[in-house]
Amino acid sequence: MSELLPNVRWWEIGVASWDTVLMVGGSLLFIVLLGLPLGVLLFLTGKRQLLEQPALYGVVSFVVNVLRSVPFIILLIVMIPVTVIIVGTSLDVAGVIPPLVAAGTPFFARLVETSLREVDRGVIEATQAMGASTRQIVLGALLPEALPGIIAGITVTAITLVSYAAMAGVVGGGGLGDLAIRYGYQRFQTDVMIITVVLLVVFVQLLQMIGDRLVLYFSRR
Amino acid sequence: MIEFQDIEKTYEVDGRSVSALREVGLRVEPGEVFGIIGHSGAGKSTLLRLINLIERPTAGRVRVDGRDVTDYTGWQLLNLRREIGMIFQHFNLLSSKTVRANVAFPMKLAGTYGAQAIRERVEELLARVGLADQANKYPSQLSGGQKQRVGIARALACKPKILLCDEATSALDPQTTQSVLELISDINLELGITVVLVTHEMDAIRRVCDRVAVMDGGEIVESGDSADVFLHPKHPTTHSFVFEREHVDEDERREDFAHVPGRIVKLTLRGEATYRPILGDLAQQTGVDYSILSGRVDHIKRTPYGQLTLSLVGGDVDQAMRELERSDVHVEVIRQ
Ligand SMILES: Nc1ncnc2c1ncn2[C@@H]1O[C@H](COP(=O)(O)OP(=O)(O)OP(=O)(O)O)[C@@H](O)[C@H]1O
Ligand SMILES: [Mg+2]
Repeated sequence: MSELLPNVRWWEIGVASWDTVLMVGGSLLFIVLLGLPLGVLLFLTGKRQLLEQPALYGVVSFVVNVLRSVPFIILLIVMIPVTVIIVGTSLDVAGVIPPLVAAGTPFFARLVETSLREVDRGVIEATQAMGASTRQIVLGALLPEALPGIIAGITVTAITLVSYAAMAGVVGGGGLGDLAIRYGYQRFQTDVMIITVVLLVVFVQLLQMIGDRLVLYFSRR
Repeated sequence: MIEFQDIEKTYEVDGRSVSALREVGLRVEPGEVFGIIGHSGAGKSTLLRLINLIERPTAGRVRVDGRDVTDYTGWQLLNLRREIGMIFQHFNLLSSKTVRANVAFPMKLAGTYGAQAIRERVEELLARVGLADQANKYPSQLSGGQKQRVGIARALACKPKILLCDEATSALDPQTTQSVLELISDINLELGITVVLVTHEMDAIRRVCDRVAVMDGGEIVESGDSADVFLHPKHPTTHSFVFEREHVDEDERREDFAHVPGRIVKLTLRGEATYRPILGDLAQQTGVDYSILSGRVDHIKRTPYGQLTLSLVGGDVDQAMRELERSDVHVEVIRQ
């Protein structure tokens, strides 16, 4: 094994993998916490929806679009001062989470908005007719009905985060991407490069599989 | 119980205003089954949704149970809606909840029922609609008729005084339609709940409605006792519904009668008169001979009725006509 892969130090790979898991998991947590309410807000204030608010929808929608159109690598660099203020450093796992959250939240919020829009209008109307308040409609009907879609959205977001987190390696964020750049690219250690890429592929496959299972479990259609 | 007064409703669509309801005035009495029939786009659903204020009128007043509810908002509005159950053409059950959870849902929303009370009420309701053994299934595992029964159980959960049905049987096959209509009718009798039923099916009205309003182009063109409206339709729209059901083209039929001798009359009998031997008596008393050209004996709600087209020959035809009028038979002369 060590003859085939002369440059691979497994301990370092292990640390890098764990860092990637932390980056993706940590940022995903914040993205869901922020993106879910943001997606609900986008949905409710949208055209012909329960709390139609064209001005508010316009502003939020614009900000979301701007954040989504900035390439992640640029967001990563532009955000450095903000990141330092929030977590005290722009390096390591902690330093990568704020830009990941900034990039992932608008993305996820749109996915939430879309899956809420796919909920049958008749179901909303029926819930309304039962005398449900807007809060009850959202918590009791909309979110449970849209749950499979939202879980699929979380899966897509998590997978996007894996590649974003790898990119963060460029700015010294740690993780598998960092390893691939430093050894595989800068020192021509192809074996390290291959191992990290294989690990990333496995990671993405795993996420997709878990996501699909959960979607299936929560789909009652 | 429900009263519409001078209702107008217009929708703004792309800057143009579309009139959905015009000058609608209507009273629905407590405990009756009131039908609203009309072709697609007539404004039936819009009118129905004014009752629980899913839609608001552009002008006019809506009264429910003696209260003017037109401007209700906030808690008043939510409480009003809890007094009104509603069922839908496409059932609108929550696909993420079991049958049991769907029926419990309105009670949970109301927040005034304890867990035990909810559990008992759900069992009771599911037993009533004949789905006691389906409680743990999801809606996708049920047939259309079963889904609508769940819809009915859910609509009745908070013991409403009014049940609104928007095309509740339009997605069901004829047999299932009949059983669901029977259930609605039985519930109306058992609970004394007021039912407003929107449909474009004449048969639904005939089976369950005490009174009916016919809508066309956002207006009520005819209304009254179901039997009156459908035995003696006045407006062309009502005509079209009545004859659509009988699969009869009146003109065609008149041509068929061309070679039949005698005076052709159409008799309409209602109530007990339907079962009396009127024709035999008539022949004996006046010496008139009759042949039946077409006929039907049936029910509208619980009122039996008969409609017969006869040709009368020989004897004293004019006296026969007078005799018929005297015995509460409505006579329409089709050909002298
Ligand atoms: N939300 C809306 N926005 C604009 N126009 C509407 C809206 N809802 C209804 N309308 C219009 O109002 C009219 C009446 O519609 P409504 O749904 O009450 O008809 P309906 O009698 O229930 O027909 P159907 O049998 O097809 O259900 C139609 O012309 C329809 O296009
Ligand atoms: Mg309709």
